[in-house]
Amino acid sequence: MAWESVIGLEVHVQLQTRSKIFSSAATAYGAQPNTQACAVDIALPGVLPVMNHQVALMAVKFGLATGATVNCRSIFARKNYFYPDLPKGYQISQYELPIVSGGQLAIDSGNGEKIIRITRAHLEEDAGKSLHDEFDGLSGIDLNRAGTPLLEVVSEPDLRSPLEAVTYLRKLHSLVRYLEICDGNMQEGSFRCDANVSIRPYGADTLGTRTELKNINSFRFVEKAIQQEIQRQIELIEDGGQVVQETRLYDPLADETRPMRGKEEAHDYRYFPDPDLPPLIIEQAELEKVRDTLPELPDARRERFVHQYQLTPADADQLTSDREIADFFETTADAAGGDSRSAANWINGELMARLNRDNRPIGENRITPKALGALICRINDQTISGKIAKDIFSALWEGEHDVDGIIDARGLRQISDSDALEQVIEEVLGRCVEQATQFRDGQEKVLGYLVGQVMKATKGKANPQAVNAILRQKLSP
Amino acid sequence: MLQTKKISSVELTSHFLQRIDQNRELNAFITVDAETALANARQADISLNDKSGDLLTGLPLALKDIFCTRGMLTSCGSRMLANFTSPYDATVTERLNAAGSVLLGKTNMDEFAMGSSNESSYFGPVLNPWNVDCVPGGSSGGSAAAVSARLCPATVGTDTGGSIRQPAAFCGLTGLKPSYGRISRYGMVAFASSLDQAGPITQSAEDAALLLQAMAGFDPRDSTSLDIEVPDFLPALKTSLDGVTVGVAASFLDSTLDPDVLAGIEEALRTFENLGARLVDIELPNSSAGIPCYYVIALAEASSNLSRFDGVRYGHRAEQYDDLMDMYEQSRAEGFGDEVKRRILIGTYALSAGYYDAYYLKAQKIRRIIADDFRNAFQRCDLIAAPTTPTTAFRLSEKVDDPVAMYLNDIFTVPVNLAGLPAVSIPVGLDQAAMPIGMQLIGPYLEESRILAAAHSYQQVTPWHQRIPEAFT
Repeated sequence: MAWESVIGLEVHVQLQTRSKIFSSAATAYGAQPNTQACAVDIALPGVLPVMNHQVALMAVKFGLATGATVNCRSIFARKNYFYPDLPKGYQISQYELPIVSGGQLAIDSGNGEKIIRITRAHLEEDAGKSLHDEFDGLSGIDLNRAGTPLLEVVSEPDLRSPLEAVTYLRKLHSLVRYLEICDGNMQEGSFRCDANVSIRPYGADTLGTRTELKNINSFRFVEKAIQQEIQRQIELIEDGGQVVQETRLYDPLADETRPMRGKEEAHDYRYFPDPDLPPLIIEQAELEKVRDTLPELPDARRERFVHQYQLTPADADQLTSDREIADFFETTADAAGGDSRSAANWINGELMARLNRDNRPIGENRITPKALGALICRINDQTISGKIAKDIFSALWEGEHDVDGIIDARGLRQISDSDALEQVIEEVLGRCVEQATQFRDGQEKVLGYLVGQVMKATKGKANPQAVNAILRQKLSP
Repeated sequence: MLQTKKISSVELTSHFLQRIDQNRELNAFITVDAETALANARQADISLNDKSGDLLTGLPLALKDIFCTRGMLTSCGSRMLANFTSPYDATVTERLNAAGSVLLGKTNMDEFAMGSSNESSYFGPVLNPWNVDCVPGGSSGGSAAAVSARLCPATVGTDTGGSIRQPAAFCGLTGLKPSYGRISRYGMVAFASSLDQAGPITQSAEDAALLLQAMAGFDPRDSTSLDIEVPDFLPALKTSLDGVTVGVAASFLDSTLDPDVLAGIEEALRTFENLGARLVDIELPNSSAGIPCYYVIALAEASSNLSRFDGVRYGHRAEQYDDLMDMYEQSRAEGFGDEVKRRILIGTYALSAGYYDAYYLKAQKIRRIIADDFRNAFQRCDLIAAPTTPTTAFRLSEKVDDPVAMYLNDIFTVPVNLAGLPAVSIPVGLDQAAMPIGMQLIGPYLEESRILAAAHSYQQVTPWHQRIPEAFT
């Protein structure tokens, strides 16, 4: 039987505020355990939550960017359960009335654009962390993360393949970084994904029983985890079994999903409105103010890049997936005297290769758009050759920034002057009599060897086009 | 007296510390810190001498053991917190300190403010100074007993369903529950967040106004506290009762009311008329639904509020347990008393899947209807007079085994909390057993001034608020 997979994602987007959602403690990652947990975060008797309004404005920004309804009145609710890293014994979340409902995100499904509906996005606080490995036979609790603001973005089950799921996830990741509401760091848990996965026979209109895959922390694992889970469900059903609704964890080492034990017994969370917090009100004026701060979004920017800079859709896509890269590109293209295609090639090629190699974000690279632009200008005005340009690029990568200074200091200026070149060419032809004859006899390929000899003799500084022309002229019958 | 230097703060503080010490059998206090109190009194005397004193400078006070006090035990009457010393001050504590008062100690209370007789305290029951075989009321029982026996001039309690007014009534005192949001709840151990409100238990309406002034006002740490200007409560006391309309609901004065209490209320109403007030009939048709509504909402909130007491970070943790779940269960089984457990169970049930709509949501609807009833009634009157309790103080252990009878003691007080209104209970007489009778004056939202002025006018012409139980004169 042919099976169709049905996938919905719940993504926890950590909002990048300086202080927590309901207390004034700092949210910075990596501090000593429990040094960023105040009386409110550790839930001392008598403490009360106070809403950090910055958090709400970030959620509004997300709502506006996804074409969603921003609810001018939303309600915080308590989700009750016991766990040692949940200090109050309940998590403050939004249940019946979330701040954002009904948005959408367009993804490239491989054969055209596909709309993925966003059911809702609601605000909640993160829990702390249980540390099981640090203490022999004991568990530690670190409450630094408790109270960190999260926006949980819940999609409709509109995704039909692991690839679509990961495409949607990347799109969402790109969006929240464009909006500057999340740093997107998946290793540190700033962007976490749970996936609801079920299968059904092709053409069926009812949904199969779903399982929930929890806390998958990389794009690659999301795709693999869902792939494995779909495969497991297909094999299970085809063997006459039934899918059980449960929470499962993906084990990347074994490349399989396993049921999560212990914590998740059929919970009744006993949601009810939190009496400590009044309804969250977003005034219309406030909403408009946020709308005014919305940056150009990735889709619009990609379209503009294709038209304004004459880029291929693929190049434009790559450049706009990250707001900083797109900014870097635009400044570079400008500094390159408008040679946007060269700018795109250098960034998508050489620069991305090095960033990926060193696993560095663009913000941590030492090449400035101005220097890269200058480099492109020197290629275009034939001051240097493309080969020399790569050496200069390396110098820039290592932290130098004055392109002209490097060219002058190292004498890298391209030799286009035909008198100077002719001298070298004469010398080369004197040495390579045999090859010259071969060329004259019609072996075109030999010309490359001769050009190479000239380049070698000039330490790469000769203008290859000029060498080519002079050689042809000299060797013509 | 302090400001005119007839007596020093040290003298006054020593006097009350001595009385506390002499009357330990009342069990009104959980913690007394004589040393700090005297040190603060000495500081206060310096301020009084150089006239840099504040509203309450040098005045000895006690706080219900539900308010966090830095460096002092805050037990909330529970074994769960019998080892808990707060690292921070509640806003109420902070403001009373800032106003210059001298904290004598922390008063006994029903465990987590759950009770109407102070018998659920882990630290044992409190005795009523008017008759030591009777309860002082609850949950602020220790606070009321302490003022009644003149172990301190005034205390601050909390009122979720009557916990200030009922013990004030049982002990012949003035007890004010302000409007919800008037005083910050920050640092007050939460019982039912949408109902809890701090307020003074004092010997007169004037004292109540003074303490209210010191505590009231917006607190950015409590999102439910009101960001509005605080009126001057003391000058407002002088407003006369002339022409004031007092609403009386016949349904509150029916045959189920204790006859002595009824007589006391009727006598007080005549005095109000003599002072120029006009009585009008009003109806509060749905207030009988108040008790069930209250017990659903309050206990639902409580079941969640008390989840933080899990033995993980502070408070009682069982000595022995098998695993995490067992640690929770043992710690909470040992740390909480029966009444608290009963209420957590009821509240958990009311919020459970499948019951939420029938209980919690319905209770919220009734709550709105009760609030509407009051709003309608205030179209016809300036304030409402009603009994505080159906009877005077009952005997110790009389109702311990009958929770519903105990809960029904709050029948006249809980509708006020559900509507978020201010109300003050004042003593209006004694019954045949010489136990105090209380009457409450309920005001429209934020009209503390109005009810305090009415109480003050009444107290200018009646002796009841000055009566002290004989054994403690």
